[in-house]
Amino acid sequence: MPVLVRRLVHLMVVLFCVTLFVALLTSMLPGDPVNAIAGFAPEEQKDEIRDRLGLDDPIPVQYGRWVRDFVTGDLGSYWTVTGDRPVAERVAEALPVSLQLMFYAQLLALVFAIPIGVATAYRAGSRFDRGSNATAFGLIAIPNFALALVLAYYVGVQLDWLPVSGYVAPSEDFVEHLRRMALPAISLAVGQIAVYMRLLRSDMIATLQEDFITMAKSKGLSPRRVLWRHALRPSSLTLLTVAGLNVGTLIGSAVVIEVIFSLPGVGSLLYEAITARQYIAFQSLVAIIAIGYVVLNFLVDVLYAVLDPRIRHARS
Amino acid sequence: MPDRDLDLVEMPSLTPVSTMEPVDLVQADGGVPLTGRRARQGKLGVVGWLALSWLAIVVLLAVLAPVLPIDDPNKVTAAIARQPPGTDGHILGGDGLGRDMLSRLIWGARASLLIGTLSVLLGLVLGGLFGLVAGYFRGKSDVVLTGGFDVLLSFPQLVLALTLVTVFASGEGVSATRRMVVLILALGVVSIPVLGRITRANTMTWSQREFVLASRALGAKQREIMFREVLPNVLPAMFSIALLGVAVVIVAEGGLSLLGVGTQLPRPSWGNIIAEGRSELRDAPHIVIEGTVVIFFTVFALNYLGDVVRARFDVRESAL
Repeated sequence: MPVLVRRLVHLMVVLFCVTLFVALLTSMLPGDPVNAIAGFAPEEQKDEIRDRLGLDDPIPVQYGRWVRDFVTGDLGSYWTVTGDRPVAERVAEALPVSLQLMFYAQLLALVFAIPIGVATAYRAGSRFDRGSNATAFGLIAIPNFALALVLAYYVGVQLDWLPVSGYVAPSEDFVEHLRRMALPAISLAVGQIAVYMRLLRSDMIATLQEDFITMAKSKGLSPRRVLWRHALRPSSLTLLTVAGLNVGTLIGSAVVIEVIFSLPGVGSLLYEAITARQYIAFQSLVAIIAIGYVVLNFLVDVLYAVLDPRIRHARS
Repeated sequence: MPDRDLDLVEMPSLTPVSTMEPVDLVQADGGVPLTGRRARQGKLGVVGWLALSWLAIVVLLAVLAPVLPIDDPNKVTAAIARQPPGTDGHILGGDGLGRDMLSRLIWGARASLLIGTLSVLLGLVLGGLFGLVAGYFRGKSDVVLTGGFDVLLSFPQLVLALTLVTVFASGEGVSATRRMVVLILALGVVSIPVLGRITRANTMTWSQREFVLASRALGAKQREIMFREVLPNVLPAMFSIALLGVAVVIVAEGGLSLLGVGTQLPRPSWGNIIAEGRSELRDAPHIVIEGTVVIFFTVFALNYLGDVVRARFDVRESAL
């Protein structure tokens, strides 16, 4: 499948540029990182640390070393006076939290968006359709961090229904896990519901005009079956692509949401790395996020081509 | 290079489009959709006028802030700290330290609107130029520029902005002005690929039109064709996306404020008002709520007007 090979080459080039870009930016960070580790140490000791971390090497050398370490799973260490703690260790703890949060947010968004999208497409122009559109338009305009704070106040503090901070692993106490994840996931999902709903609606309106839908209807299939079995399937591909692209927005928002709700995810690590000036950790974290995003979109592209024969044939 | 046109990211355009009712590709691509019949026809309508008036009022207040009869945004009156709206002549109450909320919101509008418009303007000029060159000349310049857009788009937007601001304006002793300039530049850089891609896509379609060919046949220079024939036709699309862009940037500044790298305190912005209000949520929720309301109306207005422009000029390209 030559498409796959070409996309793979493209992926490698993008990954190279992205990581190099991150490395260049990190090298421009202000201040001497050694001062952050051992501000009061004598000069010889500072030189020793500098030497150990290879901070005086030219940037290509530093980049090469960073890539070598990165692919072998060594993400560098947090610098402290007392000793180093590997970044990879913290990432391994934090990544599941972020992934869970984004999974719940996407799930929640789709669970609401798909039925509403299908219903508004089927009854386009109805009062329900117009009401949903107006609501969606309003929801898009609410910044999710503001929604998070307002929810934290009303649902968390005023009504005292749900906890507003902290994390509990699902293996520990699943119900408590869901209770802690509820508000962050809702804050992230609300804007996405509107995006997906509107997208599905306009896509399905087009699909419903197609000959194969008329065919299905004339065979006497129930509207329900026509909608869910015949019309939704092609539109779900568009939904898939946009969901992939949307993950970028979701990651950015998740960083802020994690900090607001004190969830120990990758976003919180990133925030901590910035405030504590842990530059190697910062570089690795930004690289992980960018790589994850690029690879995810690559997978969506491939999946899209595999699922939709029209694209496979158009390209070959 | 016919292959590049089939970039998989732009694939939705390959789904068969019905001949009965053309589907709006902007919507199909997940952009903020149209709402209401008025907007769909590209007319302002009641909501449109309300949106326009809101923006006009906000801009006017922001511009006139120094001469308005309001408190200094940094004047602390201990008596109104955390007091709800309507306390003692302070219509919107006081913030956590006892500064007048109305004054802070008006001064905050200055920072938020300045960052929003200037950074999008930067994206518009640079992204527009790159997109125009890439879409008009194609070939190598297209490969290089599109590659650059791809790299920038490989970062989640907020993470890229966060990285840039952290690198160039964090740490102790960074002045408020430097932070502001870096915020504008960082958010501008983030909007370059978005605006660049839509310009490129539009330029490609317009460059193949007859009048461009005619102009070339008449011996016009490339530069003349690009700026006189193609650019005016591409502008509406750029403009409609730019309006959405301003909204996105205002929200992004808020996100950065919550992460501690937004507009430098004590200078207020809508974002850092909300961020500061976070710690007072329990005793003085009105701080966060007032900040949220002004951002909401402004983002709503910009989105709505962006849609009106888009519908009027029939912008159909996928880019956001």
